[in-house]
Amino acid sequence: MALYLDANATEPLRPEARAAVIRALDLVGNPSSVHGAGRAARRVLETARDQVAARFGASPAEVVFTSGGTEANAIAIAALSRGRRVLAGATEHPAVLAAAPGATLLPVLADGTLDLAALDAALAGGPAALVCLMAANNETGVLHPLAEAASLCRAHGALLHVDGVQAAGRVALAIGQADSLAISGHKLGGPKGAGALLLRPGIDLPALIAGGGQERGRRGGTEALPAIAGLGAAAEAADPAAAARLAPLRDAIEAGAEAAVAGAGAPRLPNTTSLVLPGVAAETQVIALDLAGVQVSAGSACSSGKVRASHVLAAMGLGAAAGSAIRVSLPWDAPPDTAERFLAAWSAMRARLSRKAMAGAT
Amino acid sequence: MRILVAMSGGVDSSVVAALMKEAGHEVIGATLQLYDHGAAVQKKGACCAGQDIHDARRVADALDIPHYVLDREARFRAAVIDDFAATYARGETPIPCVRCNQTVKFQDLVEMALDLGCEAMATGHYARRVEGPDGAELHRAVDPARDQSYFLFATTRDQLDFARFPLGDMPDKAAVRAVAERLGLAVAQKPDSQDICFVPEGRYDRLVAKLRPETAEAGEIVDLSGQVLGRHEGIGRFTVGQGRGIGVGGTQERLFVAAIDAPRRRVVVGPRAALPQAEVVAGEVNWLSTPPEGPVAVQVKLRGREQPRAAVMRWDAAATLLRVTLEEPNIAAPGQACVVYDGDRVLAGGFLRAASSAMGAIDRDGAAA
Repeated sequence: MALYLDANATEPLRPEARAAVIRALDLVGNPSSVHGAGRAARRVLETARDQVAARFGASPAEVVFTSGGTEANAIAIAALSRGRRVLAGATEHPAVLAAAPGATLLPVLADGTLDLAALDAALAGGPAALVCLMAANNETGVLHPLAEAASLCRAHGALLHVDGVQAAGRVALAIGQADSLAISGHKLGGPKGAGALLLRPGIDLPALIAGGGQERGRRGGTEALPAIAGLGAAAEAADPAAAARLAPLRDAIEAGAEAAVAGAGAPRLPNTTSLVLPGVAAETQVIALDLAGVQVSAGSACSSGKVRASHVLAAMGLGAAAGSAIRVSLPWDAPPDTAERFLAAWSAMRARLSRKAMAGAT
Repeated sequence: MRILVAMSGGVDSSVVAALMKEAGHEVIGATLQLYDHGAAVQKKGACCAGQDIHDARRVADALDIPHYVLDREARFRAAVIDDFAATYARGETPIPCVRCNQTVKFQDLVEMALDLGCEAMATGHYARRVEGPDGAELHRAVDPARDQSYFLFATTRDQLDFARFPLGDMPDKAAVRAVAERLGLAVAQKPDSQDICFVPEGRYDRLVAKLRPETAEAGEIVDLSGQVLGRHEGIGRFTVGQGRGIGVGGTQERLFVAAIDAPRRRVVVGPRAALPQAEVVAGEVNWLSTPPEGPVAVQVKLRGREQPRAAVMRWDAAATLLRVTLEEPNIAAPGQACVVYDGDRVLAGGFLRAASSAMGAIDRDGAAA
C-alpha cells in the first residue's frame, strides 16, 4: 500500500464530501428550474454556499462557485485589477502569476515570508494597486503575514486578493480584511472540479462567461452541483483544529530526515515540509521514493509531469539547492505511522545516493 | 531485475519496454523531454510535451509500468543543440544523435538508472551487446538496414556494460512492428521518426543561424586553386561532399563542396573526383576494444548510411588520434564519425578531423594572397 504524502496536490476525499457528492448525483433538477426538482437542486447549492461562507467568514451572497482555485484566482484578478497595477508575491502559485502577467513581484525574506517593508515601499511608490498574496505557500507551507499586509493595503488604498487554496482547512482562514479570497474544493478534501471565490460585500465581479446569469450574474453556466455539494461538505468538515494534529507528524519527519527544511523558521502549515537534499535532483528523489511506495512531489509539475526547478525556493535564495527540494504534504487522514514509513524510504534512498549528497554538500 | 527503459514514444522503445516486462523484469519507463515541442514547431499554445511523450505515457500505462518524464531541456540545449551550431560554425558537419547518446542518454540516463537502483538500462537502438572475454562488446545489428552501432560508438565500456539493446537481434523492422501488434501496443503502426528531432521542419540552417549568426554571413566560393567562383549566404548551409545548392553556374563539371574554411568564411569546391581521400584522421576517440600497437586491417564507416569498407587503422597514442588508410578513397566530412569495425564488432570510433591536404591547398593560397 503506497503512502500518499502529496495532499497539497490533492487531499484525499473526505467521507462527508463523498456522501454529499453521491446524494447530489441523483438529483435530476437544475438549480435554475422553477419546479420541485429545481428547488431541490437549489437547496443543495445554497447549503453548500452557506457551508463555504461559514467556514471562511463571508456572507453567503458573496460566495461565487467556480471550477476550482485557478478560475477563482483568475476571475478575481481580472476584475480587481481594472485600472490598477498588480503587485504579487514572488512565491505565488502559477495560477496567480499567469493571471497577472504584468505584475510586479514582491520579494520574500529568506524564510519565505513576505518582505513587508518591500510591500510598503511598492505601495507608496505608485498609483492604485491590487496586491495578490497567498495565505500559505503550496511548496513550503510558509504563511504570509496577511493581517499586516492587509493593514498596509488599506493604508495605501490598495485592494488585496488572497489565494487561500492551501491554507483552507489547515489553518484558520477568513476573508477578513481582504477584498477577495480564492479556495479550491479538492485541496479541502472535496472532489476536483469545484472552487469558490469569496468577495467583500460591494466588490463588483463582472462575469467572464455571462451565460444564463447564474451566481448572481457573476459566473454563467449550470452549476456543477455534485462537485459543489462535495466542496460545501468538505469545507464544513475541514476543521483547522483537527489539522493541527498533523504538526507532530511533520516535526517527526523533519527531525528524522536530518535535512535542511525550507522556511523552517517561519509560521507554516501543520502538514507541509520542504526537505532539501543538496546535490541530489528533486526529480531523482521523487522517483526513487515513488518506486519505494512513498508519493511526494517537487516544484510545480507541468502538465507533462516533468519536474521543474522551484521558483519558490529560488525566491527564498536557495540557489542551486532549489532544484534539490521535495515537498512532503500530509493528508488530513495521515496514518499515525506516517513518519516511520516515510523515514524508512527516505533513509534507504539517502544511503544509495549518499555519495552524491555528500558531493553536493561540499 | 529492475531495469530502466528509455522510452521515446516510438514503436521501437515501446516494444523494448513490452519485451522487458514480458520477460518478467521490473520495468521503469523514462522519457526525456529534450526540447520545447511547441517552440520547435512554432505553434503558440502547444504543450511543451509533444505527441511522443503522450504516446510513451500511454504505452507505459497499457503495460502497467511506472513512467517518468525527465526534463533535460537545458542539458540537451548545451550538450547537443549548442554543439550542433558550434560544429557548423567551425565549418564541420555535426552528428547530433551521437552527442545525444553520448551525453543525455548514456551518461545522464544511466546515472539516473543507477540512482534508482536499476541493474541495467535498455534502449530501442538497433545494435547488439555481446558478452566477450573482456567484457561487453558492441556489435552491428542483425538487420544491416537498421544498424545503429555507428551512432553508439562513443558509449563508454562501463555504459555499454550497463546497456541492453533487445532489438539488435530482430531480423527487420517488420518483425518489431509485428511484436507491437501482438502485444497490442497503440504505436504499432506509428511512422519512423525523421531527420533531426529538434528541427521538425527540416530547416536546420535557420536554427543554426539564430544560435551562431556567423554561420549565415556571406562569403566566397572558391575552387581548389583558390580562384573565386561566386558568393554564398553562409557556411552553415554547406557540408563536405554536398553537390546540390552550391549556386555556382557556368562550370563545365558539376561542383561539390571539398572543404569549408570557417575563419575566412570560404567554401572550397571542386569536381567530384577531387574529393575522396585515402587518409583520414579522427579525434575524441572512444575505444571499445584494446588499442592495438601497430597497424590493423579493419573496416571503417565514415557516415551513417554506408556499409563498412576495408581500411588499415593505426592508433597514434601520443596524439590520441585514429589514423586510417582507406583501401578505396572516400569522402570524409569533418565532424562526422569515423567508426572502426572488425566484422560486426565496433572496435573504436572518433570524430573526423578536417583533411590536411585540402586545408593545405587553402593555406598555401591564403599565404600567397
